[in-house]
Amino acid sequence: MARDSAGGATATKTVYKRPSLLKPAHFHYCPGCGHGIINRLLMEVIEEMGLAESAICVAPAGCGMLLYNYFEIDVIESAHGRGSAVATGIKRVLPQNLVFSYQGDGDLAAIGTAEGFHAANRGENITVIFVNNGVYGMTGGQMAPTTLLDQVTTTSPAGRCSNLAGHPVRICEVFAVLDGTAYLERVAVNKPSGVTKTKKAIRKAFQRQLDGAGFSLVEILSPCPTAWKMGTMEACAWVDDVMKKVFPLGVIKDTGGDCAAPAAPGAGAAEAADSEEG
Amino acid sequence: MKRLMSGNAALGEAAILSGCTAYFGYPITPQNELTEHMAKRMGESGGVFIQSESEIAAINMVLGASAAGVRAMTSSSGPGMSLKQEGISYLVADELPAVIVDMARGGPGMGNISPSQSDYFQATRGGGHGDYKTIVLAPATVQELTEIVPLAFELADTYRNPVLILGDGMLGQMMEPVDFDALKRPPDVRKDYILDGARGRPARSIYSLIFDAKLQEEHNWKLQRKFQLIEQNEVRYETYLTDDAEMVVVAYGMGARIAKGAIKRLRNEGQKVGLVRPITLWPFPMKLLQDLSATVNDFFVFEMSAGQMVEDVLLALEGKGNVHFYGRPGGVIPMPVELYRIVSRHYYQAQAARGGN
Repeated sequence: MARDSAGGATATKTVYKRPSLLKPAHFHYCPGCGHGIINRLLMEVIEEMGLAESAICVAPAGCGMLLYNYFEIDVIESAHGRGSAVATGIKRVLPQNLVFSYQGDGDLAAIGTAEGFHAANRGENITVIFVNNGVYGMTGGQMAPTTLLDQVTTTSPAGRCSNLAGHPVRICEVFAVLDGTAYLERVAVNKPSGVTKTKKAIRKAFQRQLDGAGFSLVEILSPCPTAWKMGTMEACAWVDDVMKKVFPLGVIKDTGGDCAAPAAPGAGAAEAADSEEG
Repeated sequence: MKRLMSGNAALGEAAILSGCTAYFGYPITPQNELTEHMAKRMGESGGVFIQSESEIAAINMVLGASAAGVRAMTSSSGPGMSLKQEGISYLVADELPAVIVDMARGGPGMGNISPSQSDYFQATRGGGHGDYKTIVLAPATVQELTEIVPLAFELADTYRNPVLILGDGMLGQMMEPVDFDALKRPPDVRKDYILDGARGRPARSIYSLIFDAKLQEEHNWKLQRKFQLIEQNEVRYETYLTDDAEMVVVAYGMGARIAKGAIKRLRNEGQKVGLVRPITLWPFPMKLLQDLSATVNDFFVFEMSAGQMVEDVLLALEGKGNVHFYGRPGGVIPMPVELYRIVSRHYYQAQAARGGN
C-alpha cells in the first residue's frame, strides 16, 4: 500500500493481486515449491489474454493433480503421463479452444514420454506446461528421469549413477528435433526475473497455439525444497548454481509466430464445424 | 441396399452413421480393417481420425474427445486391450461415454491372431483397476453389428459409461452382406458435464481422484447403483428352439453360430436341444437362465476358451441344473460337427441319468 501524502487522502496502488481466475483456495503445495507460482502465472496469462472462456487444462498425476481446486477454468484430470494424449483428444474435437496440459517430469519424461513425443511430432496444436523439479515430489522424492547425476533421492540414495540409472533427460532438446514442434523454451521460477520470463514464455506459447503454429512447450525449472531436503532460499540458489548447468535456460526452438496458413492438425475439423453451423 | 463388407469395415461404417465423429486406433490384427476404414471415412466426413502411438494413447484420446462432448471410439485386440484397461478404468470413474471394440484373438501373451473368446473375463469383470463394469455387447453376425453399434453409442451416452463391443477375428474379418438402411442414429443426449470452455457457465472439472475414503466410497456406490440399473434394464439375448428343449446350449458371438449349426443337426435327429445366446455379456441374462432351469435340467456351455462364461452360467443357475462344458482355447475354431458329437453324447448321458431311455 502506498500513501498519497500530497493530497492528504489515502489512496492505494495495487502491486499484486490474486488473478480472478485463481480460486481463493489454499494451495496444498509445500513451502518454497514452484507450483504455486506457475499456477498463478497461468491464470494471470489466461486472464490477460481473455481466454477464460476458451481454456481447457489437462491436469496430471503428481503434485499438480489438484489444479481444478485452484483454476477457475475447465480442467480434466489425466492418468499419469497421458496428459498430451488427453489434450490431443480435446483439441482435435475443439480446435478453437486453448488446450494445455500441465505435466511434471516423471509424467512427461518417464511414463508419458511416448504420448508427449508423438503429440509433439504430430504437431498437435496444444501447449504443454512442463514442470521440471528433478524428482517425483508427490510420492516422496524418488529419482526422476530429470534427476541430476550424483543427486541423492530416496531411490538413488548414493546419488544418481549414470551406469545404473542413465542421464538427466532434456525434453526440450529432444523435442526440438521433431518437425512438429513450434515453440520450446526453458525457464525457471526460482527468482523474480525468472518468474517474469516464465510468464512471457507461457504467453508466447499460448499465442503460438492461437496462431495454429503447432506444438508448444514451456519447461519450467521449479524448486522442490522438501524433496531436495534444502531450505527454500538454498533450493532457489541450487536451481541457478547446479540445475541450470544441466538444463540451460532460453528459447530452445521457435519457428516463428507468422503462420499464414495454420497447418496444425484439427484445422480441417474447425472448418468442417464452421460450415456445419453455417 | 445390401453391401458385402467385412465385420470390421461394417462396424466402422455403422459407427459413423451412429454419429461417431472421433476415432483413435493403433494397428493390431485382427481389427485393422476397422482402423483403415475410419482413416478413409473420417477424412471424408469431417471427423477426427488419429493413428495413435499406442493403445494407451488411443484410449486417452478417446477420453479427451468424450470429455469434449463427442461420440468417440477406439478398437483393439488381445495385447492392445490389456493396454487400454488403464484408460477404461478412468472413463468409468469419470463417467464418460465411449465405445471400445475388442476383436479378440488367441492368448495369453502374444498368442496368435486366430478368433478366440478367451478375453471374456477381461471384458465382463471390468478389466482394469477398481470396482466397475462396462456394458459388453457380443454380436454374432455382420448384420447384427449394424444394430449393436448404434445401441452401444446410445447406452454409453445414456449411462455415461464405456461400452465394449466384443467380437473376434472371425466376425471382424469375414465378409457378409450387410444392410444399413434400418440403422437409426441414436438421439443426442444433453451433456451438461462436458468441457468446452467456461463460456456463460461456471468452470467445470472432470476427475476421479477422491482422497477422502468416505467420499470415494460414495462415488463407488453411485457407480454401483448405475450398474444395478443397467442390470435391470439392459439385458439382451436371443433364444433358439428353447421352448421344448431338454438341454440348452449357452454360447455367444461366433461360438453361438457354431452352436446353431450343431443344434440343427441335433434337432434333425430328434434331440431336443435349444440355444441361449447372450447378446449382453454384462449384464448377463441371469434371470433367463434361472427361469429356464424350472423346466431344463441340463445346460451346455460352449466357448472358444478354456471356460470363462461358464462361471456366469453356474452363478446364474445357483445349482439348479447340471452344467456341461466344452471349450477350445488358443484360437482353435471347432466345426459344428465336432460340437454336435459332443453335445449329443452329453445329451444322451443326461437322459440316461434322468432315467430316460
